[in-house]
Amino acid sequence: MIRTPLRPLTQILKARESGENPDVIERENIRARHEIMRDKSRMRAEGRLLVLGVIFACAFAVIGLRMGALAASEPHEPRAAATGASITAGRADILDRNGRILATNLTTHALYAQPPHMIDKARAARELVAIFPDLDEGKLVRQFTGSRKFIWIRKKISPEQMQAVHEIGDPGLMFGSREMRLYPNGKLAAHILGGASFGREGVQSAEVIGTAGVEKTYDDFLRDPTLDGQPLQLSIDMTIQAATREVLWGGMKLMNAKGAAAVLMDVHTGEVISMVSLPDFDPNTRPRVLTEGDASDSPLFNRAVQGVYELGSVFKIFAAAQALETGLVNPSTMVNTKGPLRWGKFRIRDFHNYGAQLSMTDVIVKSSNIGTANVAVKIGVKRQREFLASLGLLEATPVELIEAAGAKPLLPPNWSELSTMTISYGHGLSTSPLHLATAYSSVLNGGYRVKPTLMRQNGPRKGAPVVSERTSAQARSMLRQVVVRGTASFGEVEGYAVGGKTGTADKPKPNGGYYKDKVVATFASVFPAHDPKYVLVVTLDEPVETSGSKPRRTAGWTSVPVAAEIIRRVAPLLGLRPEVEPLHPTGVTLTSN
Amino acid sequence: MRSFFYVLSALAIIGLAFWSYQENYKTRASLKEVSALQNQIGLAREKLAVLRAEWAYLNRPERLRELAEINYDRLGLLPLSPEQFGKIDQVAFPAPELGPVTNPVDVSADLEANP
Repeated sequence: MIRTPLRPLTQILKARESGENPDVIERENIRARHEIMRDKSRMRAEGRLLVLGVIFACAFAVIGLRMGALAASEPHEPRAAATGASITAGRADILDRNGRILATNLTTHALYAQPPHMIDKARAARELVAIFPDLDEGKLVRQFTGSRKFIWIRKKISPEQMQAVHEIGDPGLMFGSREMRLYPNGKLAAHILGGASFGREGVQSAEVIGTAGVEKTYDDFLRDPTLDGQPLQLSIDMTIQAATREVLWGGMKLMNAKGAAAVLMDVHTGEVISMVSLPDFDPNTRPRVLTEGDASDSPLFNRAVQGVYELGSVFKIFAAAQALETGLVNPSTMVNTKGPLRWGKFRIRDFHNYGAQLSMTDVIVKSSNIGTANVAVKIGVKRQREFLASLGLLEATPVELIEAAGAKPLLPPNWSELSTMTISYGHGLSTSPLHLATAYSSVLNGGYRVKPTLMRQNGPRKGAPVVSERTSAQARSMLRQVVVRGTASFGEVEGYAVGGKTGTADKPKPNGGYYKDKVVATFASVFPAHDPKYVLVVTLDEPVETSGSKPRRTAGWTSVPVAAEIIRRVAPLLGLRPEVEPLHPTGVTLTSN
Repeated sequence: MRSFFYVLSALAIIGLAFWSYQENYKTRASLKEVSALQNQIGLAREKLAVLRAEWAYLNRPERLRELAEINYDRLGLLPLSPEQFGKIDQVAFPAPELGPVTNPVDVSADLEANP
């Protein structure tokens, strides 16, 4: 670079000659040089500012465009991330206690039509009716030729039907994919599972929602995407459910009953191993709810949970257990059974006349209403009510069915002493068979309360104590006596020491009073009585046993043989080994002098 | 020296461009493969669900009972009954094996000698 000197020699010499100050030239040159420097640095600074401005503008523009693009575009899954398990079915499966499938999903298709794309509308309608005979051809043609642009034809079609529709070859007939709920076992656990149907529907997908039973109770659980398709495991055992249903169905037919229900419960955990209500339905094609008439005539009606009946003498064991627990009686205390027992204008009678007095055990064995009523009077209104409440008999069962909360027991409007007497032998208080099974479990399992559940449990869940271990054993021994030498003699199953109590209650008429020839026959049993494992409650609605000269309706002739057959079939499946019942220790007798 | 750096950086840019071009195409190819695999997984899961449903349908107790009845003369299947439980002491111990015969007694010769 050639620098201009500040003091150019020629100019200095010239200035000196003319006598001027040479410093002026130097200052002038310095000023000129400074000016150039200033201009340069300003240019550079301006250039930098410009570049910086452009960079900022670009950065803001990029951010702005990216935000706009993110806001306006459709979201899509990150493709590179290896997720895997997230591509699962929309609704989780339901399994039985051994992991066998009770409800699962199947992909199927829905059929819809878009008339503007259709070519030969009349032919398409004709061919569709040939595939789906329940469609109306005239209506289809009207819909296709009308102003509508979109028509649902079928919600679910099978692959064969889909192929047949393809073969029509009309471009206006289209398919949308659908998840379908499938119950492979058909009617087996219909009332427990309930059913499912479509909720909100789009063209390409529809949400499946539960409409009844555990499907509805656990709807949120089954649809929760964060659980990643974790199945719902029930306490039901499919094999046992199938055996129970088969035997109960046969029993219902043999006894000419209108309906039947059975509940098999684990006494220690409250798990419902099997619950059958007949008549039943196929949850794959759930029938419509009855809009008129008695709801209990519909196959949708779950007799085991929703059917609240006066269950009759099966309640006597509660009065006996409470009397034993409070120390009012022991099993051999004599109880007055002289009849008829009068209370105001009411009379309480027995089925037979049992004489002036019976021991407490025999009151249960022979099923004496008068004896039980006399004991109940000693217990008193308040204590009886508290005891029945502690067994859960005065509120709806907490079982995980959407219908359960609506099935509240029917209590007497005014719980008087007369109510106490009638309730002690099972009249005046209506409960469901599931209530009864729960209460029997609580009293007989050693005396701690259990809650009925349809979810598989790990190990017993001991609730608050209801009665003592000793009372529980005495109650079981009484129930065993009923089978050995009492009203339930048909209930004996070799090797399983069945104990139980029969109950035959007249059905109430809708407008007051009771039918003479319509009963609800119940047998509540526990097996094995010396080491309780399971409680089985069998209820038959309006049974008649006609093998004798007179029709027989008592539970001992109707429900008991059915229950015995269920136990005979089911106990080996439950893994119970037949045992010889241990005898009471003999040889040493406590005597007093 | 300076021009050498220029050439070097130009070559580096060309190399990097080539590398990123290749990586870009490789990534696209693997993304395509991933989505194909995910599709395949989805289809396999769907198929599995159908097979599980079919298995459950074919093994429904009602059908098994009918099959057991139809094939009764060949299989003789009956419901499990309490009598079928055995006890461990009902099983016999294996019979003790006979020891080897070391000094046989010649009975027939004896009989012949003293009839």
